[in-house]
Amino acid sequence: MITLDDITLTFPDGDARITAVDHVSLTAPNGVVTGITGPSGSGKSSILAVAATLIRPDSGRVWIGDTDAAALSRDDATALRRDSIGIVFQQSNLLPSLTAREQLLVMAELGGRSRRSRAAVRLRADDLLDAVGLSGHRDKRPAQLSGGQRQRVAIARALVNDPGVLLVDEPTSALDQERGGEIMDLLARLTRERQTATLLITHDLVHRDALDELITVVDGRASTAAHRVEA
Amino acid sequence: MFVAWRDLRFARGRFVLIGSVVALITLLVGFLAGLTGGLASQNISGVLGLPGDRLVLQKPATGKPSFSESVIDSATRTSWRAAPGVDDVTPVGIVQGRASIHGAASAVGVAVFGLPAGAPASIVADLTPTDDDSVGLSAGAAADLGAQVGDRISIAGSDYRVGRIGGDAWYSHTPVIALSPDAWAGVDRRLGGDGDPTVLAVAGAPDWDAVAASTDTTAMPVLTSVTALETFTSEIGSLGLMIAMLFGVSALVVGAFFTVWTMQRAGDIAVLKALGASTGSLVRDALGQALVVLLAGIGVGITIVAVLGSLAGGVLPFLLSPLTTLLPAAIMAALGLAGAAIALRTVTHADPLTALGSNR
Repeated sequence: MITLDDITLTFPDGDARITAVDHVSLTAPNGVVTGITGPSGSGKSSILAVAATLIRPDSGRVWIGDTDAAALSRDDATALRRDSIGIVFQQSNLLPSLTAREQLLVMAELGGRSRRSRAAVRLRADDLLDAVGLSGHRDKRPAQLSGGQRQRVAIARALVNDPGVLLVDEPTSALDQERGGEIMDLLARLTRERQTATLLITHDLVHRDALDELITVVDGRASTAAHRVEA
Repeated sequence: MFVAWRDLRFARGRFVLIGSVVALITLLVGFLAGLTGGLASQNISGVLGLPGDRLVLQKPATGKPSFSESVIDSATRTSWRAAPGVDDVTPVGIVQGRASIHGAASAVGVAVFGLPAGAPASIVADLTPTDDDSVGLSAGAAADLGAQVGDRISIAGSDYRVGRIGGDAWYSHTPVIALSPDAWAGVDRRLGGDGDPTVLAVAGAPDWDAVAASTDTTAMPVLTSVTALETFTSEIGSLGLMIAMLFGVSALVVGAFFTVWTMQRAGDIAVLKALGASTGSLVRDALGQALVVLLAGIGVGITIVAVLGSLAGGVLPFLLSPLTTLLPAAIMAALGLAGAAIALRTVTHADPLTALGSNR
């Protein structure tokens, strides 16, 4: 579970500061896809950046399990991202030199040395590639994959270290509606199967059926409390 | 090194290119170092092959001490022999002239050294004959003259019998021939000198500065005394400058390549940081990658230098030794890594926040 408690985030804007996130509180439970939507510039991605420990808020707490991520040092936050947070970016952000399988294997090397046996990581990677429907593409590089396949690899990569929290930034923005729907369904299925607390940013509500809960953000404020999405 | 190895495999064309440039620069540096070493050997190996802890030269009224200008009179020799702490004084005469084998039409340039028989063992001392009618030839002199033991050679109008042929010793690009002190004095006088030795090879532990000051001489360690050879300092200075410039070029080229390469990868580095990569692991990855490229390029370059050097050794003054191969290679690797380290700023300063499509 991830909980954002009264988060405020400002950025410098000339001599003044502009408020990107204004006293936002929310909770994303395990096994649930919590959507955050809102117009461009509303602060959705800033909320995701705070949740991902990529930026420290001016005030408030970010609880990931029992850890207040907002209070961690830079190095500790990096380690928390590595171990407990999976991130799926708006673009797939795959490394061009790695095959689909290696995109997953690299996640075990990020701390400088592999924390698990290479064989176990390979098994885990192959399982995940099967789970996202890419078992036949594991030796292909990003340039040899379609946009939807690349995003599936990115989702599998985010799940390699078995994170408790999955943060997803506009996963369908570069896909057509059919591929986007498949990705959203995949995320919903994996969230339930792996009991991750999934926080998903989207401005496109065409695929709202895949969301369990939805929070709307306007001008940095969560204007509506999380509500269960009716199919 | 997980990503580094795969980058090397994926972008092998680019890395082969920079590796080739490193190999080429290593080839140039190695070849220049070998030539410099070879030329230096042909310049100073005779001096380095003298016995003693220090070489004493006459201190000129103006300018620096010089092997070609130095003359050590008998009073100076006596003063050094009497100085407390001196164990042994070997007077050495050095003069350059021409020698020819009996019956040959042409003569070759030689350096004629005069030392007493029984001087402390050294490459040059071991050439010294025991009588005034014989000479000892260095290997280079024997080769240039085409002489063998028992042949007769002529130096400055006098004939001598080749008594022995020994190790390789050169002085100012001419091979060394050793004579007895009296025979050497005769040669020196015939060539316009006064027959006095030009250098003292002194062993022991006297108060070097005090004795030198009282005798109007300078006492230099054998290795640094080579600066008193004018041709050596100018020749080695020019070649050394070229080598230093090539080292600089190498560091700049490697640094520029890895800076551009790392900047191209800035987005990937930000993604890896966002996914949880520590800065330390990314730095090790980047430096490890640079080291692989450098070692491969330098390895190829040094191998070519070794092959060409062994082939060229017969026709060029080329010194193939760890000093002219492994040392330049180590300096190349260190400077290359220093150049690559310039690119680390991109790694350490990459902002993982930029991995998000939008951060507001």
